[in-house]
Amino acid sequence: MHAALTVFLKEVRENLRDRRTLINALLTGPLLAPALFVVLINVQLHIELDKAGKPLPVPVVGAANAPNLIAALVQMGMVVKPAPRDPEAAVREQKADVVLRIPAAYAAHWRKGEPAEVELIYDSSRRDTHEDVSRLRDMVKRYARIVGAQRLLVRGLSPALARPLVAADRDQATPQARGALIFSMLPYFFVLTAFLGGMYLAIDTTAGERERQSLEPLFANPVPRRRILLGKLAATTAFALVSLALSVVAFAIAGRFIDTSRLDMVLDLGAHFATFVLLLMLPLVLLLAALQTLVAAFAKSYREAQTYLSLLMFVPVLPSVLLIVVPVKAQLWMYAVPLLGQQLGIMQLVRGEALGAAPVAACLAGTALAALLAILATMRVYASERLAISG
Amino acid sequence: MIEVQNLHKSFGAVKAVEDVSFSARDGEITGLLGPNGAGKTTTLRMLYTLMRPERGRVLVDGRDAALDPLGVRRALGVLPDARGLYKRLTARENIEYFGRLHGLDETTLRRRCDALIAALDMAAIADRRTEGFSQGERVKTAIARALVHDPGNLILDEPTNGLDVMATRAMREFLFGLRAEGRCVLFSSHIMQEVVALCDRVVVIAHGRVVADAAPQTLREQTGAASLEDAFVQIIRRSETRAA
Ligand SMILES: Nc1ncnc2c1ncn2[C@@H]1O[C@H](COP(=O)(O)OP(=O)(O)OP(=O)(O)O)[C@@H](O)[C@H]1O
Ligand SMILES: [Mg+2]
Repeated sequence: MHAALTVFLKEVRENLRDRRTLINALLTGPLLAPALFVVLINVQLHIELDKAGKPLPVPVVGAANAPNLIAALVQMGMVVKPAPRDPEAAVREQKADVVLRIPAAYAAHWRKGEPAEVELIYDSSRRDTHEDVSRLRDMVKRYARIVGAQRLLVRGLSPALARPLVAADRDQATPQARGALIFSMLPYFFVLTAFLGGMYLAIDTTAGERERQSLEPLFANPVPRRRILLGKLAATTAFALVSLALSVVAFAIAGRFIDTSRLDMVLDLGAHFATFVLLLMLPLVLLLAALQTLVAAFAKSYREAQTYLSLLMFVPVLPSVLLIVVPVKAQLWMYAVPLLGQQLGIMQLVRGEALGAAPVAACLAGTALAALLAILATMRVYASERLAISG
Repeated sequence: MIEVQNLHKSFGAVKAVEDVSFSARDGEITGLLGPNGAGKTTTLRMLYTLMRPERGRVLVDGRDAALDPLGVRRALGVLPDARGLYKRLTARENIEYFGRLHGLDETTLRRRCDALIAALDMAAIADRRTEGFSQGERVKTAIARALVHDPGNLILDEPTNGLDVMATRAMREFLFGLRAEGRCVLFSSHIMQEVVALCDRVVVIAHGRVVADAAPQTLREQTGAASLEDAFVQIIRRSETRAA
């Protein structure tokens, strides 16, 4: 039997007997992420979609000056609140988000048919109030437009006369793509699962074995160290892959618990999605396994390796965050960058777009090359004299 | 047959092994005797190619360790200073793992395992996980593991370390058995009595240098000491004054 296969089988058998590894690789990792995801998504959908229909409480100064306007606004969802004594101060001190003031001159202007002024008092540097302010502004504008149209009609003119130009919104985002923004963390969850799935094996097979002092007798066998390493890497990769596959299945099931009707999109985390995710992730899993083993080989103990790897775990979140903060147009070369390529590819799958052959090839080749380099680097560390000697 | 020629190895400023030469013949038990820190473990590690000597040569059955490390390891059975068993595997699985790494086929492997388990009297523990094994049980398992491929040469680093009188005696009988089979047995120890009881030949090292190389009887005669322990102490002292 090939020596690497012997090592692989032994590592798998040994780690299947370790409860902590099993729970982490096959239970916590693959199941926790989807569960967390469903909860997060549902909460977020709730917040986003509820806002639009919610009543909008607004303190109003001088409501008595424009009873008709107020009545119309209330019908559109505004709730009149008592006016603060000093509206400007109230907004500055964040006691109110936006205050509507109707000056005493309003009625006079209105009757004369002159533009009557209402004031929206708010603080534009407060991002969290933007939405309320624009909702109120829209309501006022809508009322103004209706009244304006009525006045023209009364004079026998078409309201269209006053609207020589119309800017019509034609949003090209498919419902899928709009929803996808919420899903941009999905690729990170997959990477995280693969990371956690392989982590304990990477530590156990290198730092752990050295700490237990079994690396020295192991290296006394007539097997080149790189073959031993390959067996260990294969075992780490296998655990990570199983972990990832479970996670993909769990997401497919979890997808049914996400209320997509509210999202106005079709969410398909089914077989096609799963297959492509696994394909894109395959070289990345190998890369992660090699990097984890490399890091573990530098650590002096199991605990030290654990500490290093827990830090390394946060690196894969970067592309996800980056793409959310600075959305970029995907270029072909980006697919060849490990992590970034998977992020882009999986996002495209979530958006329901077909993945072209070129991006898939770039993604696989780029990450596979990185994995190869990481494996070669790990082989060098494995060949070093110091590796086997504990203490 | 193990031949060691002018080995050198240092760790930074520490010269662990300086110009060590000796040979261990087939059908003999050779003892590497020396106080703590003398360089025994380092020397043995260069023999089984875990470390590369800075200078010098190691030959096992005529194979140069620098040129053919795999061939050398194939010809060696090794019990390192660190026994390093896999706790989640049974004793038998530990032995089988190394047998497979040596490329044994399954029939041979089963036969060798059964034979070693019988010879080392470990039938009661063979199918237990090694987690919680006593020192003696650990050493037995590690020795069985080292012998699974039936090597012509055996290197043991302090094999009786931590063993009680009964286990030590059993180990001694076992090593005599290996000698009778015509194998070359090389072991290290810092215990005089043990070396006397076991060895056909003693190589004494101190501060990384060979300070004596003879049969136990000859050593005593050379120094004129009453007991071997006295002889040992004298040899070490002499080497220290010479080094100073
Ligand atoms: N990996 C290492 N790094 C640094 N120094 C080392 C290393 N291995 C051995 N040494 C040093 O080399 C010298 C010889 O050590 P070695 O372990 O070979 O002695 P020994 O004869 O086996 O001792 P003992 O009877 O205590 O096992 C010691 O001074 C030791 O500190
Ligand atoms: Mg030692």
